[in-house]
Amino acid sequence: MKTQNTVKLVFPAISENERTARAVVSAFLTQADPTVEELADIRTAVSEAVTNAIVHGYRGSSGDVELHIKLLENREIYLRIKDHGCGIPDVELAMQPLYTTAPEEERAGLGFAVMESFMDKLVVKSRPGYGTTVVMRKKLGSPTCREK
Amino acid sequence: MAVELLTKEQTLIAVLTGEIDHHSARSIRTEIDDTIETVQPTTLVLDFSGVTFMDSSGIGLIMGRHRLMEIVGGEVIIQNPPLHIQRVMRLSGIERIAHIRTERSVDA
Ligand SMILES: Nc1ncnc2c1ncn2[C@@H]1O[C@H](COP(=O)(O)OP(=O)(O)OP(=O)(O)O)[C@@H](O)[C@H]1O
Ligand SMILES: [Mg+2]
Repeated sequence: MKTQNTVKLVFPAISENERTARAVVSAFLTQADPTVEELADIRTAVSEAVTNAIVHGYRGSSGDVELHIKLLENREIYLRIKDHGCGIPDVELAMQPLYTTAPEEERAGLGFAVMESFMDKLVVKSRPGYGTTVVMRKKLGSPTCREK
Repeated sequence: MAVELLTKEQTLIAVLTGEIDHHSARSIRTEIDDTIETVQPTTLVLDFSGVTFMDSSGIGLIMGRHRLMEIVGGEVIIQNPPLHIQRVMRLSGIERIAHIRTERSVDA
């Protein structure tokens, strides 16, 4: 599928940038005229992936988070969030709802569950010592048949 | 993100406004917990009507306050979460530990 528009953003893994990432995604999506719900879903999923990179990926260290967003020709939104942090030893286990390695920090273990349920597709690739890449996709409804 | 704290007898009402994420949850948590310690309420009402965004960090925030209130035999009530935030809440099953109250006119 051809890409209509794309933005890449690189930012240091500090918690202020969770908001920055959401703001950039919102601004980029304006051109696709998503519904309020679609926009909220995508913003929430991005927030989860970026927060994970900051909280878990670069725990006790620092580095950059990469955010890549694409608008494809079929009104599909492609998102890639990548860190070069500690990586995840067992991705399948990490993706289980309520699984968290940071319960003492009041993490609920729901980030991946939110990404999975708010987006159409979620793929997580990780290598301990090298980092984690999260790819998500969501197809937006057609702008004409949405009036209720 | 801002939190306004009001006390009515044994009830502490935390009126939350703006975006709740991992970054903003930290200061909200400190403010609420400090007030719980001094006021010692039996009910903590978290008013979400002014919250424009929340991710799973908000669920962690509710769970943590529930744990704190549980110690003193108190309860947490979630008040008026907007639609999208209700979806995150439903996914988490948070209603099993905190009652969700939705009413459109609340006397504050
Ligand atoms: N980018 C990452 N780098 C390293 N570990 C990660 C990364 N993303 C997730 N993890 C691991 O996967 C676990 C589950 O992630 P998930 O987002 O589902 O829950 P959480 O972040 O622990 O809690 P919540 O998202 O509800 O605040 C994390 O506790 C962490 O151990
Ligand atoms: Mg998470």
